[in-house]
Amino acid sequence: MTLELRHVTKSVAGETHIFETDLVLEEGSFNVLLGTTLSGKTTLLQLMAGLDRPSRGEIWFRGQNVTGMAVQKRNVSMVYQQFINYPHLTVYENIASPLKVAGMDRAEIERRVGAVAELLRLKPMLGRKPAELSGGQQQRTAIARALVKDSDLVLLDEPLANLDYKLREELRDELPRLFAGRSCIVVYATTEPTEALLFGGNTATLHEGRITQFGPTGTIYRQPKDLISAQVFSDPPLNVAQVTKQGSRIHLAGGIGFDLGTAAVTLPDGPYTWAIRAHHITPESHPGQPTLDGRVLLAELTGSDSVIHFHLDGGTWISQSHGVHPFDVGAEARLYVDVARSFLFGADGRLMGGSE
Amino acid sequence: MRKRSLIPIIYIVFLMLPIYWLVAMSFKTTNEILGGFSLFPQDFTLENYAKIFTDSTWYSGYINSLIYVVTNTILSVAVALPAAYAFSRYRFLGDKHLFFWLLTNRMAPAAVFALPFLQLYSAVGLFDTHIAVALAHTLFNVPLAVWILEGFMSGVPKELDETAYVDGYSFPRFFVRIFIPTIAAGIGVACFFCFMFSWVEMLLAKTLTSVDAKPIVATMTRTASTSGYELGLLAAAGTLTIIPGAFVIYFVRNYIAKGFALGRV
Repeated sequence: MTLELRHVTKSVAGETHIFETDLVLEEGSFNVLLGTTLSGKTTLLQLMAGLDRPSRGEIWFRGQNVTGMAVQKRNVSMVYQQFINYPHLTVYENIASPLKVAGMDRAEIERRVGAVAELLRLKPMLGRKPAELSGGQQQRTAIARALVKDSDLVLLDEPLANLDYKLREELRDELPRLFAGRSCIVVYATTEPTEALLFGGNTATLHEGRITQFGPTGTIYRQPKDLISAQVFSDPPLNVAQVTKQGSRIHLAGGIGFDLGTAAVTLPDGPYTWAIRAHHITPESHPGQPTLDGRVLLAELTGSDSVIHFHLDGGTWISQSHGVHPFDVGAEARLYVDVARSFLFGADGRLMGGSE
Repeated sequence: MRKRSLIPIIYIVFLMLPIYWLVAMSFKTTNEILGGFSLFPQDFTLENYAKIFTDSTWYSGYINSLIYVVTNTILSVAVALPAAYAFSRYRFLGDKHLFFWLLTNRMAPAAVFALPFLQLYSAVGLFDTHIAVALAHTLFNVPLAVWILEGFMSGVPKELDETAYVDGYSFPRFFVRIFIPTIAAGIGVACFFCFMFSWVEMLLAKTLTSVDAKPIVATMTRTASTSGYELGLLAAAGTLTIIPGAFVIYFVRNYIAKGFALGRV
């Protein structure tokens, strides 16, 4: 039992929104669609739901071609970034609405709504209207409505993006628990790499209407297929430099060079793109690690992390490290580079060597 | 503080003065009105109202007006609902031009249409019927209702429609059960504007009717009768004409500002 996208493309008014895509999602899997705004996440979700038809290609579900099938006939649910509920109905009626439309009997509706409300801690709010709820509760209601009918496919389009920090963390922890033990396919679209890492499951990196890589989240993170996938899956942004490799050494502009060790020796010499995630460049001294000396452009504290933007030979680099590392803007900073955790991409962008 | 409240008080006094004068006049006899200046009715009488409620030439005017006004309101909003939905949810060739063109219909004075309507309705046998006036008023009210409703509808995210489809609602069921209740305030405001326009419009209503569907505004402007000037009676009729508007505005008072902005606040 799978959801399959076969050579699916979508273009609107001559503009391609989704380039040819092949994707197989397994039953009971949690899949994250990771991409920036306008990368095509929502379009892809709408195609999966059946709210939109692909321009070309087919969508198969459980061995059946469902390409032209109306969304009402498919057993799907969707949760949006905006908290979408029926404003004139109470929370109870909101959650019950898909069951009522399906013609389920009252007792069964009551039982199901009660169970899902319990799960999402909405029991005390069942008699209220959505407008009388907090944002978190409104989104819980929308999620409850998506869960109550036991859909085969649950699509979540950045469901936590409009919530404030604390509620987001809370709901983020709850989500995987909600889907545990269900046989449905979950697709979760997000712009935040952190969310993909938290949920595990599978991740598809999406860039400008193309799925650049799909597979188990850990694998995608540690071994991105190409530079774009690595960039999509990096927050803060990936540090990238054009280098020339000679033997085991790479040479950056400005006479800086690193020894990548034996792994790089087997690769042909020549120009490469070298990339390293921000948290592998830290101000904490590690004996034996090469260093970069830059000028601090910006030093920000995000919770328990320090993010330092520094300037080096015409480029901007970013370092992310645990703990508080105060730096004055304009000061010289020495940063240690964990070169063993860096990537080397070929001229065509493909991963040639290295891993997290 | 006193200085600041002075100007609004003066404004309200000036605003209310004609209405007060009308109401006061309606409780006076015509002789008293013509006799000279009096701030309060000296000879308080309910005769004028009694006459309106008993004389069919008077009260039938209200009934006729209410019939075509209500018909027109229902007709206009019923036609405007799907049109506004199309404008708010779909992109089609020339949609913006068509939308603007709709509003331009309101820019022509009613007098322009009086003659063609009169001729046309006489030819098809609709002259002096309630439906004739109701139809004539849709020319102005449908565009207005479309504009107001479109504004309210565009305030509803299209994700609501999609959520309903995903939940299994068919389009008609979604429209009636989910969408219309969601924009109930907008429908109320649109109804109010249609009602008010149709209620106060005089020229077309007067031109297209003679006896059977004669509206109150036509009866009221008949200043002189066989018994001479009946100013007290006219004042009472005027007072009664204000009431339905005040009554309707009460229900939409919280949304009226949004309605004036055609839903775009």
